[in-house]
Amino acid sequence: MTEAVSSANPGLTQPLLAKRTSKRWLISAIATTAIVALPVLSVLFLAFFPEENIWPHLIDTTLPRYLITTIQLMVGVGILTLVIGLATAWAVTMCEFPGRKFFEWGLLLPFAIPAYVIAYVYTSLLDYAGPVQVAMRDWFGWKNATEYWFPEIRSLEGATLMIGLVLYPYVYLLARAAFLEQSPSLFAVSRSLGHSALSTFFKVVLPIARPAIAVGLSLVLMETLNDFGTVDFFAVQTLTRGLFDTWMNLGNLGGAAQIATTMLMFVVILVTLERYSRRRQQQYAARDNRDPIRRFTMSFPRQMICVAVCAFPLVFGFIVPAAALGYYAWDYFDESWNPVFIRNTFNSLFLSSAAALTTLVIGVTLAYSRRLHNTRGMQVLMRLSSLGYAMPGAVLAVGVIVPLAGFDNWLDSLMRDYFNVSTGLLLSGTAFAMIFAYTVRFLAVSAGSVESALQKITPSMDMASRSLGHTPGKTLINVHLPMLRGTLLTAALVVFVDCMKELPATLILRPFNFDTLATYVYQFASDEQLYHSALPALIIVIAGIIPIILMNRSISNSRAMA
Amino acid sequence: MRMKLAATAAMALAALPLSANADGEVNIYSYRQAYLLEPLLNAFTEETGIDTNVVFAKQGLAERLEREGRNSPADVVMTVDISRINELVEKDLVASVDTDTLHKNIPENLRHPEGKWYALTTRGRLIFASKERVKEGEITSYEQLADDKWEGRICTRSGKHPYNIALFSSMIAHHGEAETAKWLEGLKDNLARKPQGGDRDQIKAIAEGVCDLSIGNSYYYGNMLKDDKQRPIAEQVNLVFPNADGRGTHVNISGISLTKSAPNKDNAIKLMEFLSSPEAQRIYAEANTEYPANPDVKPSGLVAEWGDIHPDDLSLQEIANNREAAVKLVDRVDYDG
Repeated sequence: MTEAVSSANPGLTQPLLAKRTSKRWLISAIATTAIVALPVLSVLFLAFFPEENIWPHLIDTTLPRYLITTIQLMVGVGILTLVIGLATAWAVTMCEFPGRKFFEWGLLLPFAIPAYVIAYVYTSLLDYAGPVQVAMRDWFGWKNATEYWFPEIRSLEGATLMIGLVLYPYVYLLARAAFLEQSPSLFAVSRSLGHSALSTFFKVVLPIARPAIAVGLSLVLMETLNDFGTVDFFAVQTLTRGLFDTWMNLGNLGGAAQIATTMLMFVVILVTLERYSRRRQQQYAARDNRDPIRRFTMSFPRQMICVAVCAFPLVFGFIVPAAALGYYAWDYFDESWNPVFIRNTFNSLFLSSAAALTTLVIGVTLAYSRRLHNTRGMQVLMRLSSLGYAMPGAVLAVGVIVPLAGFDNWLDSLMRDYFNVSTGLLLSGTAFAMIFAYTVRFLAVSAGSVESALQKITPSMDMASRSLGHTPGKTLINVHLPMLRGTLLTAALVVFVDCMKELPATLILRPFNFDTLATYVYQFASDEQLYHSALPALIIVIAGIIPIILMNRSISNSRAMA
Repeated sequence: MRMKLAATAAMALAALPLSANADGEVNIYSYRQAYLLEPLLNAFTEETGIDTNVVFAKQGLAERLEREGRNSPADVVMTVDISRINELVEKDLVASVDTDTLHKNIPENLRHPEGKWYALTTRGRLIFASKERVKEGEITSYEQLADDKWEGRICTRSGKHPYNIALFSSMIAHHGEAETAKWLEGLKDNLARKPQGGDRDQIKAIAEGVCDLSIGNSYYYGNMLKDDKQRPIAEQVNLVFPNADGRGTHVNISGISLTKSAPNKDNAIKLMEFLSSPEAQRIYAEANTEYPANPDVKPSGLVAEWGDIHPDDLSLQEIANNREAAVKLVDRVDYDG
């Protein structure tokens, strides 16, 4: 282990920084964080004004169950996504087997399917009247549900499986990017020192990829924590369920904000613990793109194992649900074909691209500022700016409305008082509000992955560039960004697909007569008629696939292959 | 190419506040799915020339309205469930409307005393019973759902769903909290499985033999009958109007309110009047098999076949008032557990 060393390293040292330019980075980071943190701070603010103290009732009744179920779900999904994500990422990066190139991007496909859609599809497939049980009854001659046992899909286990199947791509993507960025010589050295491939994987490859994997896993866990659609449909009682209950049924928004805040703390503690546990590690790699990855050539049975490992999540996470959607879409085509799809598709694509770009720019700004100013304060800023992901979308949407509408009304009053004109609502209920919400929500994705990748670029790169007279900005553009290309594309891709699927905040914040594909599907799904929206659901999936393929090509190309 | 795409989308977006019609527009925040409103709103635009703009969401619109304050573009809020509607009144977000047309169209028990909301449709919360395994007349009231004979034979959706909460609230209004707690425990003990899914799923469960009775809103059953693929499932159950011979069947409403800040107040009132008119009420009745709030309009043929509904005359306000108690009761009884 020569290039990637684990050692205490303070990062960039101050003398490197020309004071004035670096200050600009610091100020822009602080300003961005202040804006991006507004919605989360609004929710914290709301938490101070509950209608009544919700906790005694919760503690007396459902809180213990909410907590246990939440932890069970998170642990289950965490394990599932880690196993699938790491195994597949390792296989497609390091092994040569038939279909490898296809699986490289194919494994991302389940990501395009919203969790509540996959839940709905599997329920219709596996419930009593679904094709699976009908076939079983025909085959075995059973008459009704009391005569045989069939696993209940609407259960904690079912929810774990559904969520895990569509979220593992987070781990897969980030792990694969990390594996691709590792120098193959590390692996070779480990093998030459007598470690088996497996032991090298656990002792060298995983520890080096850990920051990236941790980012992926924390995204998975936050998304799981905030999922409402699936757990609601499956009647799995997580904390989010309690939150919505408090908000919608008890009309206690403040109490709900308190539960959201509690969940936020939970996430912050988790993330802090993970970081604390590797506080003394600092990894740098002077990456050498010309050194190609040499994939294992394997015996036929082993190749088949690789195929099976990669096929499992793809089949159950994508092919089965997409085929079912296709079937329903065909079946209900006349009732569901509607020209508004085209506009909805444009809306989805436009919002998602805009949000992906914004989060990427802000993510890079923050992560690079942190590299320039590796202080405690910057770390806190980074964490603060990423909290939007740790809140249910609907709660965050209210957090977005508070400052935006507040600003609009403040400006309006001002203009009325001084100029006697009303400016009305400038930001609320516009596409801006939605892109803002997406940015706040998904910044964690881009900032986190850019940060973890930046950490691996050795400071000597900066030093070299700076000593040649480049400003920090020039250094970023000429040195870091080209090296980060794969990571940047990955981050943009994840944010893009996430935005395509985003539902709760979109519903609340959108302008009049405005639908994205996700909201259009939801109208029907929420009325227990998913069949009628199978077609638009399928379009979400297809619209998600195209950028997945395009960007994946670039990610793979970011490393020259043998 | 990608630039072009984005540019087109941006233009589509910019053109969004669709060029205002000469006759103006009316802006709607709706807790009901936009596709359900579409035929009604189209008919409205056709008749009056007024354009309609809709935002649909299941939650958060009241908060949006509240925060947008006097500058909110919303003219009316359309809601389902009396407690939801009541929340708008309690938050002081809606204004009084009193016109002769509305008073003539909507009976007194289906509107707010000061006109802060008007019901547009009602829906009964019914019991569905297996044709095969439950004899007609074997169950006639909500109270009987707690009888031991139904042990392991009942399916419902989550006790926390607003429709169930409203039913439980009405039980509290009639029997008091202690009695209702006992009843709810009895009902819970009779459940065949943990509460899950929606109202249609419970009817499916009866068809599957998982249970013999379920609770559900009338229009879900109606809409299943209208769907060729779901009809065979719905046909396996009988529907029961609970407490028909006593105090009447529990009904909930969908309704409409004028916002305090309505920028297009006149158009909004026109919309409210239109939606209560026989013409619109017929669309409601046909399209979603709900009961029209306007007594002059008969339910759709399909719904009429089920027989008359005798609604509980408990005031809707009373149901809203008991909501919190009902929610907490569901937690205490651990109904969903």
